[in-house]
Amino acid sequence: MGAIHNAKRLNTCMTRWLTSMGAALMEEVGRLGRSGMFLCQTLLHSLTPPIKGERVLRQTWFIGWKSMPVIALTGIFTGMVVALQAFPTLRRVGSEAILGPLVSLSLIRELGPVLTALMVTGRAGSAIVAEIGIMRTSEQIDALGLMGLNPLRYVVVPNVLASLLALPVLTVVFDVIGILGGYLIGVRLLGLSGGTYFGEMSTHVEMKDILGGIYKALAFGLLIGWVCCYKGYHSRFGAEGVSAATTQAVVDTSVLILVCDYFVTAAVF
Amino acid sequence: MIRADNLWKSFGSQEVLRGVSFEVQPGEFVALIGGSGGGKSLLLKLLVRLLKPDHGRIWVCGKDVAASSRKELELLRSRIGFVFQGGALFDSMTVYDNVAFPLREKTSLGEKDIRRKVTEELELVGLREAEHKFPAQLSGGMIKRVALARALARDPEIVLFDEPTTGLDPVVSRAVLDLFSAVHRRLRLTGILVSHEIPRIFEIVQKVAMLHEGRIVAVESPGRFCASPDPVIQQFVNGKASARSCLKEELV
Repeated sequence: MGAIHNAKRLNTCMTRWLTSMGAALMEEVGRLGRSGMFLCQTLLHSLTPPIKGERVLRQTWFIGWKSMPVIALTGIFTGMVVALQAFPTLRRVGSEAILGPLVSLSLIRELGPVLTALMVTGRAGSAIVAEIGIMRTSEQIDALGLMGLNPLRYVVVPNVLASLLALPVLTVVFDVIGILGGYLIGVRLLGLSGGTYFGEMSTHVEMKDILGGIYKALAFGLLIGWVCCYKGYHSRFGAEGVSAATTQAVVDTSVLILVCDYFVTAAVF
Repeated sequence: MIRADNLWKSFGSQEVLRGVSFEVQPGEFVALIGGSGGGKSLLLKLLVRLLKPDHGRIWVCGKDVAASSRKELELLRSRIGFVFQGGALFDSMTVYDNVAFPLREKTSLGEKDIRRKVTEELELVGLREAEHKFPAQLSGGMIKRVALARALARDPEIVLFDEPTTGLDPVVSRAVLDLFSAVHRRLRLTGILVSHEIPRIFEIVQKVAMLHEGRIVAVESPGRFCASPDPVIQQFVNGKASARSCLKEELV
């Protein structure tokens, strides 16, 4: 009798567990589907007129130009630290001459796109989520809809396009300043010849490396625009809702950037 | 002009509207009253299809709202002005640009005609001098007036007011309601006003509809509404609803 009772209880527990797991899975699949649809609609509106050019420019200025100081600062210190770390090891094996290629390839292929994207996510991505989230909670997005305007076209598309335009430029700036940072340490501080630093760089760095970095920047730009706009657009009501959406967007985007980095690296290089 | 038939709307297990039916004739100004959280704002959003009902149909200007295509809905919405509870003004734009925005985006008017129209609307709401200010620089009452000016910019036939006096002091609140009333009389608009300003709103509307426990329990002229022997109406009109029923409404 007791064994039957225990078996029934186990059965009930298992059923409950499976039901809750199934519900959670369905919710997650639904969420992924909604975010995928959001991306498809955004891309569709990005490719069809009318494009809100003035808003695209304004957002490009906000995401791109206003991120320049932080990108420059991060870039120079990244280049400097790579040179500082690499130089003693290279000297030990008698290969100081390849400091230039090492710094430049690290930056162009990997550090430039990834760190730029992470910095932009923190600086501009969070602001995008908060702005759209507040527009949602203060019913500005509903107001756009009632005026017969598509909120996606007006609010989301400019951010996604601006992010796509700004990321490659910021990445190039990061790379160039980072290489100069490496030059300052390798040549000015540690005594490597300037000719060797830049000469070896031009021998080893290929167009494929530069293009790979640009593809990564484009992919990250799309990710930042998509995830941050989606989270803001669907943020819950109130200050807590916007704050949660902002945190979640920054975390999700940062993780997705690193995941996406692996796949783009595997595909391109 | 507006007809709702047997509207049902739930959020999860919570049934907010349970068979709402009502009608608004052209030129009528109707107050929609009821407890907080009872679904009044939700009902306005269903009328313009910002949300869809789970069941039931809505006709606005003879069009079935749920069955309208995107183009038809856009056309229909251009005939409706909506004054949101918080104003929903765009913070990045000045008062002038907020009012001009729907004209710039959805009409072929030139900048000169837009200026004339915006000036006209701002004068109507008494805010001509505030046109260069941003929403953050305005008081609550001014925000509601700008929201009205923006809602009127495209000469709508219907205006929906979603608790436009919430958060305003009694003097400003009265001034805003007087303005809505004057605008309604002058432009002969059809309007639905969601408000808790009882009995003040009874002076400016032709009908009062009461939403209670997910249904419209009465649609009467203000005089007949106040004289109704229905205890639910009397409790609401006299502000003597029992603590229990108030809490129940709040929880819904």
